Amino acid sequence: MSNGIINWFRFSSPQTFYPLAGKLIPWFWALTAAFGLAGLYIGFFVAPTDAQQGEGYRIIFIHVPASWMSMFLYLVMAFWAALGLGFNTRLSGMMASALAPTGALMAFLSLWTGALWGKPMWGTWWVWDARLTSELILFFLYLGFIALQSAIDDARRADKAGAVLALVGVVNIPIIYFSVKWWNTLHQGASVSLTKSPSMAQTMLWGMLLMALAFWMYSIAVSLTRVRAIILERERHAGWIEELSEVKPS
Amino acid sequence: MNWGSAAEFFAMGGHAFYVWGAFGACALLMIVEPILARRRRSNALDELRREMRARKESNE
Amino acid sequence: MGETSLVAVLVAVIRRDLLLALRRKSDVLTTLFFFVIVVSLFPLGIGPEMAMLRKIAPGVLWVAALLATMLSLPRLFAADHADGTLEQMALSAMPLGVLVAGKIVAHWLLSGLPLALLAPVLGLQFDLPADALGVMMLALLVGTPVLSLIGAVGAGLTLGVRGGGVLVSLLVLPLYVPVLIFGAGAVEAHIGGLGATAHLSLLAAFLALAAFFGPWATTVALRIALE
Repeated sequence: MSNGIINWFRFSSPQTFYPLAGKLIPWFWALTAAFGLAGLYIGFFVAPTDAQQGEGYRIIFIHVPASWMSMFLYLVMAFWAALGLGFNTRLSGMMASALAPTGALMAFLSLWTGALWGKPMWGTWWVWDARLTSELILFFLYLGFIALQSAIDDARRADKAGAVLALVGVVNIPIIYFSVKWWNTLHQGASVSLTKSPSMAQTMLWGMLLMALAFWMYSIAVSLTRVRAIILERERHAGWIEELSEVKPS
Repeated sequence: MNWGSAAEFFAMGGHAFYVWGAFGACALLMIVEPILARRRRSNALDELRREMRARKESNE
Repeated sequence: MGETSLVAVLVAVIRRDLLLALRRKSDVLTTLFFFVIVVSLFPLGIGPEMAMLRKIAPGVLWVAALLATMLSLPRLFAADHADGTLEQMALSAMPLGVLVAGKIVAHWLLSGLPLALLAPVLGLQFDLPADALGVMMLALLVGTPVLSLIGAVGAGLTLGVRGGGVLVSLLVLPLYVPVLIFGAGAVEAHIGGLGATAHLSLLAAFLALAAFFGPWATTVALRIALE
């Protein structure tokens, strides 16, 4: 008897994960709201006006969390992809494809908010800053992953092909970032860096951290919702699906 | 407190377009994405129910 | 199975692919012609000022090389997949990785190498000095194999997938960024008097990395596609 030890592999089957995810989702939404409201309160009402950037700097409270999440989600996606490829578990591939749209959304938000920040600060919507350029390429990598998966009809093959692509991407991301950085320093010398705020007040950091937590919880909630949809789509011929209360005709 | 009035808050020190453009897009997408995800799930459920009904009818 | 036989297999695959390409010369020539025409269009779009052309030449030649390589990717495995040869290869006693490596080498000999040899001629159109042309060719010789190696993974993943030709560009082009930066950077650094050694060594490092992982990842991708 293995009492005391939680059998984690039990949760790796879609059958047990589906109801578990359903129970967890409301909690993650609650956490999103709590962290988000606290973060927004600090961001707008507690954090003082920046001496150099005026009120425009408040965009970092969503820009930085979105950038962090976009990178973090790619790593998580690659982790699930590797797990799926290595152990041939069905759920891992579903998790990877559930995370990709949210990751792409975060990358897009990071670019969008970066442009809206750059315009008042540097007078231009876009600079070929190393971070912005890498973020753009990360966005392309997400789009490639989504495009590849949606072009393959067979779900198992889509999972595996996506996994290989995600892993190749993960190996390449540091190389891409390093080369873009090198290219950037060669071509334009010192440019304004996004995070090199001269004096990052303590309250700003707290606001940013809370917003990052909110974005994190949001990502979990929305990808759990999506993975439930994917489970239903793929496991439609499994017996346990027919026993679900929401499927049974009332 | 940073703001004297609501109007001052919405003006964002002259950066209203940029700040609200960023926060607005963020809010909008973060409302639309969960709705799309939920709709995907309810579509899958509809599909399942239809399939089950068809199977039942063919059995009877 | 000894080492010599593996080399023999490698050589046999390369020779076979080269022979097949010789029978369908137009495929290879189309890619080359595409490269030439894209590069020649830039001065028409930008204007004939020589100072400006000299400045953009490395980037233009490299981007054109990237696109030309990408265009030739679908034919890397498609024909063999269509007539069932690829499945035979996957089932044969030879390790698939070696066969794939042979096909990648053949692909480079038919796309990357001609591009690198042709580049100096096109560089003349952009008024690049002779030594910069040499660096350009050297950078292409080191960099284009990386393009073939990374591209092979993309070609394997999109094998038999609808819209594969466009899809492969979406997958592969972002991954080509480092090669583009250091390939074009080598020529620019040389013109700027900094010397191209650092760039070329980094390109060589990419080549080593890609040569190590590329055939392996391509093999995995092909096995997935053939399942």
